[in-house]
Amino acid sequence: MYTTDLRTAREKASDEAKAAKKKVVDDPALLKAFQARIDNDEVIEAKDLMPEAYRATLTRQISQHAHSEIVGMLPEGNWIGRAPTLRRKLILLAKVQDEAGHGLYLYSAAETLGTSRAEMVDQLLYGSAKYSTIFNYPTINWADIGAIGWLVDGAAITNQIPLQRCSYGPYARAMVRVCKEESFHQRQGYELITVMARGSAEQQAMAQDALDRWWWPSLMMFGPHDSDSIHGHQSAKWKIKRFSNDELRQRFIDATVSQAEAIGLRIPDPELKWNEKTEHYDIGPIDWEEFWAVVKGFGPCNRERLEARRRAHEEGAWVREAAAAYARKQSERQAAE
Amino acid sequence: MNDSMNTDWELFEVFLRAKNGLNHKHVGSVHAADTTMAIGVARDLYTRRNEGESIWVIASKDITASDPDNSDALFEPAKDKIYRHPTFYEITKEVKNM
Ligand SMILES: [Fe+2]
Ligand SMILES: [Fe+2]
Repeated sequence: MYTTDLRTAREKASDEAKAAKKKVVDDPALLKAFQARIDNDEVIEAKDLMPEAYRATLTRQISQHAHSEIVGMLPEGNWIGRAPTLRRKLILLAKVQDEAGHGLYLYSAAETLGTSRAEMVDQLLYGSAKYSTIFNYPTINWADIGAIGWLVDGAAITNQIPLQRCSYGPYARAMVRVCKEESFHQRQGYELITVMARGSAEQQAMAQDALDRWWWPSLMMFGPHDSDSIHGHQSAKWKIKRFSNDELRQRFIDATVSQAEAIGLRIPDPELKWNEKTEHYDIGPIDWEEFWAVVKGFGPCNRERLEARRRAHEEGAWVREAAAAYARKQSERQAAE
Repeated sequence: MNDSMNTDWELFEVFLRAKNGLNHKHVGSVHAADTTMAIGVARDLYTRRNEGESIWVIASKDITASDPDNSDALFEPAKDKIYRHPTFYEITKEVKNM
């Protein structure tokens, strides 16, 4: 997900070693008092005393979430100029603009923890910061825009709804705004793909093709199975993460299968089956090798995405400098008057 | 690290009045080169769905906040003054509304 820990085992170990070297080891008394506040369902605000590990976990998670929103504009932005009707173009523009907004709400929330925005952006562009694997897949036909809204935003909503009650106030508040805006994202995508699924044979084939390509990567968004993710436990204790990867993934699958059926599309999983006993859908195995390859930079579009972000940042440098110079001049003029 | 390591524009806090008759309420923050730009960015960011009719921005550094460590000293004294609330007083049953 936008928020699952995407560090490899080696990156985790190196972060921990760095923290130990800088002696940012939390005082056990502080940890205990802090845990008591969390257990008491208190909301933590920016200026409150908090363990450094809580601060570091949230900074990483919120900035990664912000990066995902920003990079997430690229696959959809690819189709703004080619939207088939003005109506679809307006919708897509509004949606992509919302995603930019989500990125900004989230950067603001992360900044309250003491890392500057410039530093976070730098970590994305030139460092080792991660963003959701899903945005490293290409959008190759128009139905992909429908599949993204329906599946990718759908998965994001599943993940973000419980984050509205996250223990860290600024993050929780950002999520409230984001969730309010997300539901239109999913509905417009589902509407788009519905129109195509009910269209000509060629359009139907495009809709099915989009679902075939986006289904598994969407399920991977929720991150590794609970049995394989080591870091979920502490986040759960701190009420940053209230449901596990597998719980959220299951929730998404259960909701989505009937939506596909309703418009005559087939989920590309021969092992998909309703389980009477658990009252959930069972699915076939997820290709985790593909997931980790994308995390490590070998997805179909990793390089292209980062290059696009770097180019936008570097080509915009003169605008930022000009605005800063103008502001400086204005304030000097004011001071002289 | 790359040479494009940049510095941020100033941080501003944003307050919105949803409509006349209501208070301005804090909604978040934006980076901008100056106040004019801060209003413009806040408008794009926080009022895409008619959320406001008026925007205030103020440089975050100009806000003075109380220290959470002093919370007890500041706010504890108000907690036991229940006689400041109308529910503290018993009114005879014959009087239905007051
Ligand atoms: Fe979003
Ligand atoms: Fe979205």
